[in-house]
Amino acid sequence: MRSTRWTALALACALPLAAQAQKSAADGIAEYRKMLEDGNPAELFEAKGEQLWKQARGPKNASLEKCDLGLGPGVVKGAWVKLPRYFADTGRVQDLESRLVTCMATLQGFNEAELVKTPFGRGEMANITALATWIAAQSRGQRFDLPQSHAEEKRFYELGKRAFFFRGGPMDFSCASCHGEDGKRIRLQDLPNLTKNPGDGIGFAAWPAYRVSNGQMWSMQLRLNDCYRQQRFPYPGFGSDLTVALGVYMGVNAKGAESIAPAIKR
Amino acid sequence: MKIRILTAIGAAALLTLGCASLPSPQELDAQALAMHKAAFRDQGIAKVDRINQDLGQKACSSDKPPPEAVAKQIEAEALASIKWPTGGRYLGDWREGEKLAQNGRGMTWTDTSTATSANGAQCYNCHQISKEEISFGTIGPSLYNYGKLRGVKDPYDPASAAIVQYTWGKIYNPKAYAACSNMPRFGHKGLLDENQIRHVMALLLDPQSPVNR
Repeated sequence: MRSTRWTALALACALPLAAQAQKSAADGIAEYRKMLEDGNPAELFEAKGEQLWKQARGPKNASLEKCDLGLGPGVVKGAWVKLPRYFADTGRVQDLESRLVTCMATLQGFNEAELVKTPFGRGEMANITALATWIAAQSRGQRFDLPQSHAEEKRFYELGKRAFFFRGGPMDFSCASCHGEDGKRIRLQDLPNLTKNPGDGIGFAAWPAYRVSNGQMWSMQLRLNDCYRQQRFPYPGFGSDLTVALGVYMGVNAKGAESIAPAIKR
Repeated sequence: MKIRILTAIGAAALLTLGCASLPSPQELDAQALAMHKAAFRDQGIAKVDRINQDLGQKACSSDKPPPEAVAKQIEAEALASIKWPTGGRYLGDWREGEKLAQNGRGMTWTDTSTATSANGAQCYNCHQISKEEISFGTIGPSLYNYGKLRGVKDPYDPASAAIVQYTWGKIYNPKAYAACSNMPRFGHKGLLDENQIRHVMALLLDPQSPVNR
């Protein structure tokens, strides 16, 4: 009798609203993520990145310890939450990964053009991803605060905004098609609104991240690259002004958001 | 006093410098376009000509809607582009429609063919459709009970003609009804062929479809 009543109650609770079912599915995913956080494989990439930073490598057999990520040569802590930014030595606005390419070229003697065209996950590009993971992790818990004092940084924000809303391709998508409003989803995947600060550890503040579904470590450049793939756009150049400008737009909008990178994703 | 005046002059000078150094909105538009052209390369089926914008893509590439007259022009051109189904056959098989609605594949640089047969209709990415599928997106409105709510008892009854035609047009080229709609132009851009659209139509409008039961 008692069990019948419970069954009836359970059915009554389970049946009525699809919204409830979605909520529990989304909750399930959140729980799954929480469980995964106990052992984030991104730590392996962090360790690799730290080693790569300190190790003498490349044609010049030098380490990256004199690399200036914006806060002075060798300063790693806090650098990630202030990137992309303008660098006087290159005369360019650069994100972390394009800056690492500069340092690997100038300090270690790697060929810049070769580095940029190396596919994700291969050779020196896998090393850049590991370096970016460690460097981002050194700002964990800090809040995004990109500089906007240089004219180039302001100009890149404006260009990034235009890139964000740029519609094209066979499906007419832009970044804003999915990330321009609050509370939207694709299937069950929540979509952060990147036209403003979407919250601590959400959107720009969650990458680099380890992706459980494919077992890969994803840097911000790879995250943007795959967004463009899903937008059905052609292939964006690694560290291109376009991708850096998008980083400035999202990073400035995320001002005050706490970085949890490297995060773990489904 | 003197210091205050100097500070004021300094601030004004900085402000002028700051303003002068940021290009005009028109110049920024041109720079953004050049930035896109410089950034992309062909990869597989995704060629760089995909970023050549048509009127609607260009006019809807901002956080502000286009002027009324431009929106009207986009909608009129989109409406004129719609190819209505041969033989007046609007509906196919809702079972095939459900498969297409579930399928989110097609047209990325990791897909190998631009043929319509390689593409899904992507529907569940953005819409609720049947009640059984709880993994649906919310960018578009719910389409659950789509036909039922619109009183479609027999899709071939003349009383249903207006809603049936609108639905075809909406799938073929949604910009005919909203210039900056988020929805892809499935017919106009060759993403789905006539028969595939018929199947999706049946999913939405066939009284036997799980959408309307």
